[in-house]
Amino acid sequence: MAKYLMLKHYRGGRPAVNSVAMDQLAPDEWTAHVQYMLDMEKRLITSGKLVSSEGLSMDGAWVRFDGEGRPPVVDGPFAETKDLIAGWMLVEVDSYGRALEIASELSAAPWAGGTPLGEWLELREVMGAPPADLG
Amino acid sequence: MTQVDAAALRRTIPEVVGILVRRGADFASAEDAVQAALVRALERSDLEGVRDIRAWLVTVAWRAFLDQVRSDVARTARQERLATELVSGPVPQRDDTLALYFLCAHPVLTSASAVALTLRAVAGLTTRQIADAFLVPEATMAQRISRAKQRLVGIPLDQPGDLSRVLRVLYVVFNEGYSGELDLAAEAIRVMRQLAALADEPEVRGLLALMLLTHARRPARVIDGRLVPLAEQDRTRWDVGSIAEGVDILQAALARDRLGQYQAQAAIAALHADAPTAAETDWVQIVEWYDELLVLGDSPIIRLSRAVASGEADGPQAGLAALHAVNDDVPRYHAALAYLQERVGETDAAASAYAEAARRATSTLEQQYLLRQAERLRRQL
Repeated sequence: MAKYLMLKHYRGGRPAVNSVAMDQLAPDEWTAHVQYMLDMEKRLITSGKLVSSEGLSMDGAWVRFDGEGRPPVVDGPFAETKDLIAGWMLVEVDSYGRALEIASELSAAPWAGGTPLGEWLELREVMGAPPADLG
Repeated sequence: MTQVDAAALRRTIPEVVGILVRRGADFASAEDAVQAALVRALERSDLEGVRDIRAWLVTVAWRAFLDQVRSDVARTARQERLATELVSGPVPQRDDTLALYFLCAHPVLTSASAVALTLRAVAGLTTRQIADAFLVPEATMAQRISRAKQRLVGIPLDQPGDLSRVLRVLYVVFNEGYSGELDLAAEAIRVMRQLAALADEPEVRGLLALMLLTHARRPARVIDGRLVPLAEQDRTRWDVGSIAEGVDILQAALARDRLGQYQAQAAIAALHADAPTAAETDWVQIVEWYDELLVLGDSPIIRLSRAVASGEADGPQAGLAALHAVNDDVPRYHAALAYLQERVGETDAAASAYAEAARRATSTLEQQYLLRQAERLRRQL
């Protein structure tokens, strides 16, 4: 069993199939989009696959250590052109194939005109402990 | 409660679930009630005074079951009858604990569900312990178990089951190793011992032997947070007691002449355990056992392992030739390639292969080990 992280990119990722911009969406289209994700989340909770799921605020910054006793260096807010992660869903499933299915379902959330958004999701396996049979 | 008490308590769980089912409870409710009783027992400090822990659990679980039935607003006439008539009775003697193992590994369940349900209903762990071991929220694990039980509705407990599925589930548990406080490998061994007492089959013994022989190497496997490969392990750290027990169990199983994949894998583990130093390993025999495994069921992972063994038995060139027949997307292909390339003197290629193996690793310990190998070879260039 492995955990998989599905990252939603707000911008900077590959363009979605339904390329209407977020601010062009009708209110009920946006509601349908969010409801789809909430329903999906509920199903994943019920089947015991969801580990966590969050949306991120659009504001953010880059931070790094700048030497002992010095204040951290902050670069931000993010420039428009930079990749921006909009949120994630972390699931635990039996196989990579199952993770692909769930990611595909998430990508199909309805968008402008009620057609699937078809956004690209970044799918990453979470590293775990080595299996007991190694070595 | 002491650890001994907790272990004794957990051992009785599958039997107690079976007893509740025979008294008329459905499996899902019985399992819930026993879990409630288990949690209550673990919270108590005065269980020392309880002489018959099983009888105590049966009583508490049965009461929990009745409470559940009574509080159910939409109770049916049948439940009503159960609640009023079957207050208690003698504990039936028939033991269908084995049937419970089969049910928890039923083909309608996904591997994740079967593992979770087995850990709760068969291993007697609490939902919290299982969730902690898999680093998921308790609610997620509770839902996974509840969903698994929903899928089992209508499947009676007395049907013949598939032992190979039970073994597969327990091997998955064993391979989860240990990430939290709970040692899942040790739990898998404990449950395998119980299973071996219920089902006297060579493959059950084979898997128990395999687990014991693998587990015996664990004290030497990670030192100071670093993964130590088999060839470099300090063999004095191996648990000789586990090895001796594993070898005994395996020999008795093999003598029955019904070979299976777990016995063959255990035989390979035993040959490693038997070598005082890595150099004295009987690689020729190990290759023969991999050939047996391929006859039992061809798989790219076995072919990969066989190639590495062949690299030791017949020289690294032979190993590389065998490896070329394996697809490079098999897990640990690049680590095997790097190892063999280094041995034929292709240091540059080996360093790249180790780096590629590190990139594909799915555990941090493994990744760090592979990166150190890549770094070591680059310094030689």
